[in-house]
Order: sequence, then structure tokens, then C-alpha cells
Amino acid sequence: MPLLDIRKINCFYGDVQVIYDVSMYVEQGEIISLIGGNGAGKSTILRCISGLMRAGSGEILFENTPIQNSRPEKIVERGIIHVPEGRRLFSLMTVKENLMVGANNSRAYPQRNETIKDVYKLLPRLQERETQQAITLSGGEQQMVAIGRGMMARPKILMLDEPSLGLAPVLINEIFQTVRKIAEQGTTVLLVEQDVQNSLGLSDRGYVLENGKIAQEGTGRELLDNPSIREAYLGI
Amino acid sequence: MDIIIQALINGLLTGSYYGLAALGLTIIFGVIKVINFAHGSLLMVGMFAAYWMVRLTGWHPYAALIVVVPLLFLFGYALQGILIKPILEGQRDVREPTEVIIVTTGVWYILDNLALMIFGAEYRVVQTSITGQIFMLGDYIFPKAQLYGLITTAVTAGLVLWFLKYTKTGMSIRAASLDRDAASLMGINQYRVYNIAFGIGAMIAGIVGCVLIPFYYVFPTVGVIFDVKCFIIVVLGGLGSIPGALAGGVIVGLIESTFSQYMTSTWTELIVYVVFLAVLFIRPAGLFGEKRDW
Repeated sequence: MPLLDIRKINCFYGDVQVIYDVSMYVEQGEIISLIGGNGAGKSTILRCISGLMRAGSGEILFENTPIQNSRPEKIVERGIIHVPEGRRLFSLMTVKENLMVGANNSRAYPQRNETIKDVYKLLPRLQERETQQAITLSGGEQQMVAIGRGMMARPKILMLDEPSLGLAPVLINEIFQTVRKIAEQGTTVLLVEQDVQNSLGLSDRGYVLENGKIAQEGTGRELLDNPSIREAYLGI
Repeated sequence: MDIIIQALINGLLTGSYYGLAALGLTIIFGVIKVINFAHGSLLMVGMFAAYWMVRLTGWHPYAALIVVVPLLFLFGYALQGILIKPILEGQRDVREPTEVIIVTTGVWYILDNLALMIFGAEYRVVQTSITGQIFMLGDYIFPKAQLYGLITTAVTAGLVLWFLKYTKTGMSIRAASLDRDAASLMGINQYRVYNIAFGIGAMIAGIVGCVLIPFYYVFPTVGVIFDVKCFIIVVLGGLGSIPGALAGGVIVGLIESTFSQYMTSTWTELIVYVVFLAVLFIRPAGLFGEKRDW
């Protein structure tokens, strides 16, 4: 039984359908990539899972319980944490306050002081920046805070929406290293990316989304070796 | 010179309760991004509650806070939860739905007219234990009731800031005010946060009502006077800014008290608006508008 099981969801913005019969699953402990170009619908799928948006039809099961009609805070409570695209930090709050807000759910809150130590171990830079307002950080540091804030919620599955977006190559590397560490520590990761090379290289399996439909799926290796993907996304 | 200093003292004292009233409005705007047109009416409810308490029991007017604070908090909480929430839910993508303005205006009319039906239109004054008492510092006069108002403002603002900065709920309120969706993704129930923020705003309006009772007349539409002042102060200070509301209140108080030494109060109103427009011309976001500070 997969940890997260998405069955034939369809999503709409108003009358416009953007997701068509998408099915995918994530097993406990896996790193899964969801890749695709701009506007393919990757973020929409995450928004449906985290409850920011309702799927028009279909089912989303987490630990075998349907969650597609739950409110976002209930979904967080279950352990599904969505780190949104563009970081979306609480700009005028300090780094530490951002992290503490991450532990808002009732499962994570009692352990917040222990969790923050783990997060500082994972992302030491955040401790140095603890008292700084989030808005004053560099893009890379902001992304670290966003990931750290997600980890503060003690996720069973961490969904990262384009963590490498807009970062310098050296920082992108660092972010992917962090994702790898998070997975090694036992958190399941669903990674939405446009950096196909890096994310598939890291992932157990991947899905390729095109125009709201799953176009390909397979192990990270298989997808990386797939000529059509190499051509479309890697330009080789 | 003495007259000017006395005028400045009066302005500070008056400005402090203006600022407190505006603080309630700015919190609601800062968090929920809606304008509460019923703010003055909530203040009126607080005033009538304090008025009747003093009339019937003869207690210190601030004893009414025991009733007014929870009453108005719950009223604001319910107002947001029952009347405004459905609008916000229905228009998730709209930042400031206009329907909310209509709803809060409706609440304003209902409250004012209920008060009119129940209490009649006359202006009422009540003799409280601190009415007319003064405190002298050198040659300068501090009316006791207004001095207590200043202290109440400082204590209330301090408690609100402490609450927002250091409590779990306060942090959730700040987070939701900065980014609603991101707050939802942290497991924050944004509508619960809005209810609490609205409750706090309404509660502050009620506190100002209690502060006013020893030296201000009460009548069913008294809120309108404060509504207009609060809007000016909030915009002057920067929408959603707590220090902005307090500073804006004091500025308006000082303008009124100093210029009223030289001209009629109708003209001082004009000066307030001129300063207001001048500030907006130079700083369109208000004095503290650009950076939010809580």
C-alpha cells in the first residue's frame, strides 16, 4: 500500500481543465520527482494534495484515507507538508519565528524545541541567521528556511515545489544535497522540479507531466536515459 | 509658552485614545485585509456598557472592562466567523472583497439604530469617580481620566504586541497576515486566526469606550466621530501598522489641540486633513506603511 496514492484526479481553474486523469503514487521512503515544463500543472497537483485547491474529481489517499476533501490544516496534521514554489516565507518575521510557525500543527508543536535542533543540524546556516528577518536573506538562504520550516512540521512526506528555482548552480547543488539528506533520515520526498538532470538523478522514480497529463513514468535512471526526455528537457 | 505646552499635553492625551481606537481598526485590516466600518459602533457599544455600569453601580468606569472586554471580543469573533467568513471563503482569490464593506456597514447601521431604539437619541453624560479630577505636574494640568486613557493605551498596545510576538496564536496571526496560503500550509486555520484578530480589534474598540466614558458624552451615533478619525489615523500611520496607528493618533491629537488655540475646531479639522494629504503625498503608504513591524 503506497503512502500517498493519487487516483485519476482532474483539476480545473474555473472552466479550464489543467489536470487530466493524473494517477501517481509515492511509497514510504521514496524520493519521487514530478518533472515537466512551465504550466504543465505540477504545482496544481501539489496544491490539490495539500488542500489549497480541490480536485474536480478523483481520489487522493494518504495512508489509505481519502484526503481530497480535507482542509489544508487537517492535511498538515496528517503529515503532508508542502513547501510552496517561490519559498513564500513570512517576510517580516525572523528566521527562527518562521521555523517555529512551521511547527504549528498539534503533532509537531510539543516537540518544536527538539525539532529545531535537528533542523539547525541539517541546515547550519539557519542558526547563524536565526534573528534576521527572512526578507533580508539571500535566495539560497530563503530556500533553506522554506525547507527548514517544512521540516519543523515533522512531515511524513515533504513536497518541495521547485526548490532550485532562481538559484545559482552551486546553491542548487547544496539544495539537492539537503533533499538527499532529508530522505536518508527517513522522510519521504515528492520533488517537483524543472531541473530534470539533478532531480531524476536523485530520485527513485519519476513522473513526467505534459499539458496536465502524465506522459512518462519510470525509475530515475530510465527516464534520464529516455531519448525523448533527453531531447525535450536536457537538450541533448 | 505655557499655553503651548499645556496644549501639547492635551494633544498627547487625546491622541493616545485616538491611537488606541485606530489600533483596533488597523489590526483587523492588517490581518484580514478588510475594513471594518462597524468599528465606531463597537466603540459605542463599549461606551454604553460602561455608561450603564457606572450609572447603575457607581463603580469605577474601568470596572466595566471586565464585562466589555470579553463581550466585545466574542462579538467580534462571531461577527467575523458568522458574517464575514462566508464571503472570504466564497472569494478566495479576492484580496479585499467589497461585500465585506457592505456587511460591516450593515452591522454599523444595525447597531447604531438598535442603540437608538433602546436608549433614545439624547446625549448622555455620567458622573464617574474620576470625572473632572485632575493631576498637577508643576503648572500643568493632567485630567485624571485622560491620563488613565494614556496608560490604558500603553498597556493595551504593549499587551497586544507581546501577544503577537510571543504566543503561538499571535505568531499564527502574524504569519497569516503576511501570507495566507503559506500559513495554511503550516497547518494554521486561517479563519480561526481571522476570528481572533477581529475579536481583538472589537475588544480594543470596547476598551476605548470605557476610557471615554468619564469625560465624553455617549449617544447612539457617537461611533461615527471616531470612525472618521480612525480611518484617517490608520491611513496616515500606514495600513496595518501598530506603531503607525499610535503615532498617527498622537499626531492628530496634537494638531487638534495646538491649532485649536488659534482657531475654531472646524478649522483644526481642516488642518488635520491638510496634514493627512501632505503625508500621503510624500509617503503614499503612510508613515509606517512600507515596512510592517510586527
